[in-house]
Amino acid sequence: MAILTARQVTKRFGGLVAVNSFDVEIEEQSIHSIIGPNGAGKTTFFNCVTGFYRPEGGGIFLNSHSLVGLLPDRIVRLGIARTYQNIRLFPNLTAIENVLIGQHAHLKSRYLGIVLGLPSTRREEKAAVKEALRLLEFVNLAGQGDFLAKNLPYGDQRRLEIARALATRPQLLLLDEPTAGMNPRETQDTMDLIQHLRDELGITILLIEHQMRVVMGISEIVTVIDYGEKIAEGTPAEIQNNPTVIEAYLGRGSTAELAA
Amino acid sequence: MTQSRLVWQQAIKIGLIGGLAGLLLALVGMVQVFSQRYIISDVISMGHTLLFLTMLFTGYLAAQRTTWPGRRAVLLNSLVAGLTGGIPLALLVIVGSVVNLRLILIHASPELYELLTFGQGTLVGVLLLLAVSAFCGVLAGLFYLLPDLARRVLLAPLASVVVIGVLQDLVRTAIAAWGPLAVINEWLFAANGLTLQGAATIFILIAVVVYVRAKRGSEAQAKFHSLRPSTQRGLRMTGLFLLAVVLLILPQILGLFLSEVLTIVGLYILAGLGLNIVVGYAGLLDLGYVAFYAIGAYTLAILTSPELGFFSLSFWEALPFAIIMGVLSGVILGIPVLKMRGDYLAIVTLGFGEIIRLLVLSDALEPWLGGAQGIGLIPKPFIGGFELAGPQQIYYLILAGCLVVGFIAWRLRDSRLGRAWMAMREDEDVSEAMGINLVSTKLLAFATGAAFSALAGAIFASKLGSVYPHSFNLMYSINVLCLVIVGGIGSIPGVIVGSIALVGLPELLREFAEYRMLVYGAALVAMMLLRPEGLWPEAIHQRELHAEETESTAPAEVL
Repeated sequence: MAILTARQVTKRFGGLVAVNSFDVEIEEQSIHSIIGPNGAGKTTFFNCVTGFYRPEGGGIFLNSHSLVGLLPDRIVRLGIARTYQNIRLFPNLTAIENVLIGQHAHLKSRYLGIVLGLPSTRREEKAAVKEALRLLEFVNLAGQGDFLAKNLPYGDQRRLEIARALATRPQLLLLDEPTAGMNPRETQDTMDLIQHLRDELGITILLIEHQMRVVMGISEIVTVIDYGEKIAEGTPAEIQNNPTVIEAYLGRGSTAELAA
Repeated sequence: MTQSRLVWQQAIKIGLIGGLAGLLLALVGMVQVFSQRYIISDVISMGHTLLFLTMLFTGYLAAQRTTWPGRRAVLLNSLVAGLTGGIPLALLVIVGSVVNLRLILIHASPELYELLTFGQGTLVGVLLLLAVSAFCGVLAGLFYLLPDLARRVLLAPLASVVVIGVLQDLVRTAIAAWGPLAVINEWLFAANGLTLQGAATIFILIAVVVYVRAKRGSEAQAKFHSLRPSTQRGLRMTGLFLLAVVLLILPQILGLFLSEVLTIVGLYILAGLGLNIVVGYAGLLDLGYVAFYAIGAYTLAILTSPELGFFSLSFWEALPFAIIMGVLSGVILGIPVLKMRGDYLAIVTLGFGEIIRLLVLSDALEPWLGGAQGIGLIPKPFIGGFELAGPQQIYYLILAGCLVVGFIAWRLRDSRLGRAWMAMREDEDVSEAMGINLVSTKLLAFATGAAFSALAGAIFASKLGSVYPHSFNLMYSINVLCLVIVGGIGSIPGVIVGSIALVGLPELLREFAEYRMLVYGAALVAMMLLRPEGLWPEAIHQRELHAEETESTAPAEVL
């Protein structure tokens, strides 16, 4: 069962075609990677899915619910969350506040309740804080809740972004280069976390990655995109041996890396 | 050799800048006007204090920037800076004794020279002036070399003496209201300034307080925290209770004029709390805030004034309408600017402010809005049969308003909506991706700010009894914005402190109104250089702006 279906998605910026008739189907509860050279259109595609860009052509469906034309805040309520290539946390807010904002979509307190201090509002706030603390602990940031997001070390910031995305209670999580800038141990931890998200929480993961170790290590399906077009799709093993992919993206000398 | 030459250069440069600053203060007439008021009666006037402070600061700066090691270098530096600082003023006196500068520089008067030379005639006076400025420099250098505790024990009492001397009317009136305690006034004050014994008393008192706090302060804090939570709460409640009592009896103590000042400050606090939400929480730079103030005032005027005669509601009946009009206008003015950010938003909202001002000023709308003559005969509020006629009564209405508005602002801050505003302020696109509906969140911010401002405007109209279009100008928006920033953006106590500093102080120092803009501008620049996070910042903001200075290992307190 496909949770996300993209059909012939096309995004143009003036004369530049960033995404060109891109088709992909993401299976429910799978870990699906999209790889490709820089500038291939991967992040642009993510932006189209989350409603930040409106594609010129094609359709995107979440469980057969059309997403094209919807505002981002509507799309997140449908169950899609994302992280960003160059981390976009709320820098001057604390870690726990960042996670609390992630919960915005499913909290219900309104103006009057807040001002009057109604018991339902108070209860909800308490529960929200508890949930936020739980999420922080889940991504190994327990005790760091009161640090300003911009003062956290890089690895922690990436994890905080994931916690914030999880706070929106997504069915589908879009991770844009989650292991960028990480050393091997941190990368392994992130890989474990991603698998845990899928295995324990049943979240479908769509991943943009450059580190082949991650892609080949945890993905079930890999889609390769170049110049906005899909050039290959298949299991990691199939992709590794695909000559088009090797030529366009993996490069001749990377056979040694693949063997690792 | 070259290194020592550089050292002198630094000191001379600082000295000259300080001296030129002093010259400027003298030539705009500030020194002269300030000399009319004495800090310590017949001993030292405000004018001389101003000069000394300039020289002291110059010396301190030179001491701070000394690159050559050792104490002697610091003292030499500050000496040189002080001495150099006296030169521009000395030159002024010398030249002025020969040439009549008054034709060009109005304030270069004989009285000024008299002040600068301490009444000793040109030759002796100039030498005295140079000696005094050099001496001030050295004093500042010595001060710099003192250990931290000694500095605090000296600085706070000195500052207190100067402040009490400047605000002598306020302090005198406050003490005089306490009946038997009024004798303190006789001890502290002479006709024009503090007495010597009064100044000494204040100095010693504050010095002792500062010393004890420094030595025992942390112990006391630890003791407080070790008490049972219920005792702690009890103590806090008592503190709040005392504060409430003080606030309630304040107008009775302070008398008519000072109560009037309080009401003016109070209205700015009310409006400021609203702008604090728009600019501080939501990050929407609104430069047309006066529009909502005007709308609140005019709505009340139209609904209650018999001069126009359309309606004759009472204050309380009209007040909800004024607030509703505020909310509506907040939404209406917010809709067109939803997609704008930063500078564009600022300019468009500024435009709105001007539109409202021109509308109420216009002849076309005169039959309904009063035109250039405004609207008069606005009745005061009644409680029971009791009319809130004067500032001492209206104060309570404003106090109630501030408490309600402050409470709402406080509640909103740590809530889902407050977080949504702050997320929007930090990163609009990502906040949308978190499920925050930008349209409703922005409009709620505008509407809330506008409602608070309209409330302030309505009380303003009733208090004054009339509204004139000229009171609702761009300066008002800028004033409110300044006090929010100076107090600390996004901080509720900051708005209160900002209002007292930027609205209350100028009112108290009315006799120096001529220099208000100069001091205001200088104060703003100084604030932005020395303490950009504001006088009473949100804890978070303070960390943000001093990030280089502090280690980021200490967890932040989320107030």
